[in-house]
Amino acid sequence: MRLAEAWRVALDALRANRMRSALTMLGVIIGVASVVLLVAIGTGTKQKVEQQVEGLGSNLLLVVPGKLDVGTAPVVSPLDLKDVDAVSRVVGDPGRVAVTIASGATARAGTRSDFTTVQGVLETTPAVFTRSLARGRYLTGADVDTSRRVAVLGASVARALFPDRDPLGQQVTLAGVRFRVIGVFTPLGQSLGVDRDDEVHIPVTAAQRLWGTQRIDGIAVKAPDRERIDQLGERIVAELSRRHPDTEFSAVTQQQILGVLGDILGVLTGVLAAIAGISLLVGGVGVSNIMLVSVRERTREIGLRKAVGARPRDIGVQFLLEAVLLTSIGGLTGMALGVGTALLVDAVSPIPAAITWWSLALAFGVSAAVGIVFGVVPAQRAGRLDPVVALRAE
Amino acid sequence: MTVAAVEAVDVSRTYELDGVSVPALRGVSLTIAQGEYVAVIGPSGSGKSTLMHLLGGLDRPTGGRLVIGGRDVATLTAPELATLRNETIGFVFQAFHLLPRTSAVDNVALPLVYRGVGARQRRERAAAMLGRVGLGHRLGHRPNQLSGGEQQRVAIARALVTDPAVLLADEPTGNLDSATGEAVLELLEQLNAESGVALVMVTHDPEVAARARRRIAVRDGLIRSDTVHDRPLSGGDGRPETLDAAPSAEPRSASGSGPGHPSGGSGGATGATGRLPRGGGPGAPGGAG
Ligand SMILES: Nc1ncnc2c1ncn2[C@@H]1O[C@H](COP(=O)(O)OP(=O)(O)OP(=O)(O)O)[C@@H](O)[C@H]1O
Ligand SMILES: [Mg+2]
Repeated sequence: MRLAEAWRVALDALRANRMRSALTMLGVIIGVASVVLLVAIGTGTKQKVEQQVEGLGSNLLLVVPGKLDVGTAPVVSPLDLKDVDAVSRVVGDPGRVAVTIASGATARAGTRSDFTTVQGVLETTPAVFTRSLARGRYLTGADVDTSRRVAVLGASVARALFPDRDPLGQQVTLAGVRFRVIGVFTPLGQSLGVDRDDEVHIPVTAAQRLWGTQRIDGIAVKAPDRERIDQLGERIVAELSRRHPDTEFSAVTQQQILGVLGDILGVLTGVLAAIAGISLLVGGVGVSNIMLVSVRERTREIGLRKAVGARPRDIGVQFLLEAVLLTSIGGLTGMALGVGTALLVDAVSPIPAAITWWSLALAFGVSAAVGIVFGVVPAQRAGRLDPVVALRAE
Repeated sequence: MTVAAVEAVDVSRTYELDGVSVPALRGVSLTIAQGEYVAVIGPSGSGKSTLMHLLGGLDRPTGGRLVIGGRDVATLTAPELATLRNETIGFVFQAFHLLPRTSAVDNVALPLVYRGVGARQRRERAAAMLGRVGLGHRLGHRPNQLSGGEQQRVAIARALVTDPAVLLADEPTGNLDSATGEAVLELLEQLNAESGVALVMVTHDPEVAARARRRIAVRDGLIRSDTVHDRPLSGGDGRPETLDAAPSAEPRSASGSGPGHPSGGSGGATGATGRLPRGGGPGAPGGAG
C-alpha cells in the first residue's frame, strides 16, 4: 500500500471517531501546551533576570563576607565604614564604591503605612548601580557625613504613602524616626516576583544610628575596566582579609551572578519541563489505550483487509500512522495553545514568557515520537491478527 | 481440463483450543480447475468454512500440501501469501464484510489499494465492476444506504475487481431472503460463465447445490463425496448425502478422504471426534479412487 493511501485511511479513521480522537488528543495537547508554556516562562524569567542584572551597571563587583555559593549560610558582616575607606584606597576612587546596610521597616506618613526595605547607602549609589530619579535629588556627601535624616523613596513606596500628594518635602517615619523625603526613584519594575521599587534609601550613617550598629552588610565597586575586574576583586578581598583575618570574603562579578542565577533558573525550567513532560507521557498512554480499543473495534475490518490482500505491514503501518497522526495533530494544537497562553501570560501578567524555537521543535518531535512509541504495540497487534479469527469477531 | 487453480492433497486443519485438538479438516484432497462451478455442501460444523479459508490462502493447513495459483502455500511468507490472495482469490462472505462509512466504489476498490493501483484507475475499475453487478447507479452509496442484496453485490464486485482465478463464496445468500438470494446466485453464476473465474460456493440448500455441475459433500472434516453431474439434479432428489449415489454421478479421481483416512464404518461407527456416524460404507465411491 502506498504511504499516501495509508495517510488517507488513517485520517479517515480519526475523522470517523471525531469525539474520541479529540479526547485522546486532549492529553497530548495539554502535555505539549504545558511544556511549551513552562519552558517559555522559564526562558522569559531567565532573560529578564539577566537583563536586570546587566542593568545594574557594567563592571560591577560585589564584595560580601562569606562564600557566595548556593546553600551556604549567610555570615554576620564584620565590615564597617573604615573598611569602606580601605577598599576605596585599593580602588583608588571613592566615587566607585557603594555600601549597603538593609533592614525591613515600616514606613509611615500620616495615616498611611508601608512595610518596606530601608537601605543605608553612600551618595555614590546612583553612579555605581545606575539608578535615576523621577523627582527631587539623591543623597549628598554632606547628608551622609552629617547623618541627615533625609530619604529617597522607591516608586512603590511613594505611591503607597503619598497616593494623592507630592512626596517631596513630606515627612516619613522609619522605625519611629522622622525623615524628610528629598527624592523619588524612577520605577524599575519587578524581578522574580520581587517589587524592586519597594525600598527607601537613607544615609548609611543615619541607618547605623537608627539600628544602633557600626556595621555594613556589603560593599559594591564599579571597576574602571572589565579586563582587570577579577584582579581588582582579589586585591579587595586580600585587603579585607588582612583587616579581618577570621572572616572569609568573596568578590563576585555580574558574570558570576548571571552564571549562578542562570544555573538555578535552568534547573528550575528543566524541572518544570519534566513535570509537563510527564503529562505528555500520560497523554501517550492514553493514545496507546485508544489505539488498542480501535484495533479491537475494527478487528473485522482488519480481517477483511487481510482477506483482500493487505500484508501484516500494511495493517501495522495504517495503525501506526493513525497513532502518529493523533499525537502530531495533538502536538500542533498543543503548541499553538502553549504559544498563545505564553504570549497572553507575558502580556497581561508580571510573569515574563519567551518562546524559543527549540522548545517548539522539541515538543512537536516528542509528541510525534510518543505516537510512534505508543502506537507500535497496538499496530503490531493489528498486523499480526489472524484474518480468519478477525473476520469472525463480533 | 486446464491447469488447476487450487490443488489440495491430503490437507488437514486442526485447531488447538485450550490444549485440546479440534480436527476441523482431516485429510482432504481436491482440485479446483479454472472456470469450474463447485458447490460445497455439508452439515454445520463439518468444516466447509475451514476448507474455504484454506483454499483461499486465508489460513494454512496443519498437514498436507496446498498449492494455490501454482504456488505451494507452505513455502510462502505471510506477506507473500497476502499478495497471492490479492492476485488469485476473491472472497464473498455471508456477512458481506463491507467497510462502513466507505462508499460502494471505494469498498470495491479496496483490493486494488494493496496492489498499488493509483487512485484514479482504482475508481475506474471499481466503477466498471459495480456496473457489471448492476450497481452502476450506486457508486457513492454507503453500505448502510444499500439493501442486503445490493451489499452482497458490492462484495461480489470487490471479490472480482482484481480479476482472480477463484471466487470463494461462503454461504453468499445466507443473510438474504430467497428472492434476493436467487438474484445474487444468478449473478454469481453469470460471472462464472462469462469471465471464467472458478466459483466455489458453500451452501446449505440442496437445491442451490444442485445447480452446480460439481458438488462436494463435506462431513466431519472429510470429503464425503465429490461428483460431477452432466445435467443438474432434479429438485426432489437433492439430498446431499446421497449425491454420490446419484445415477449420473461420476466419482472424481482426486476426491474424498485420503488413503490414510477411511471414511468410517456403515454400522454407525464414529470417528475420532465422536461425531455423528457418517453415511456410506467402507467401499463408498467417495473413497480413494
Ligand atoms: N478458530 C477455531 N478454533 C477452534 N475450533 C474451530 C475454529 N474454527 C472452527 N472450528 C471448529 O472446526 C469445525 C469446522 O468449523 P467450520 O466453521 O469449518 O464449519 P462449517 O462447515 O463452516 O459450519 P457452518 O455450516 O455452521 O458454517 C467446527 O467443529 C468448529 O467448531
Ligand atoms: Mg461456515
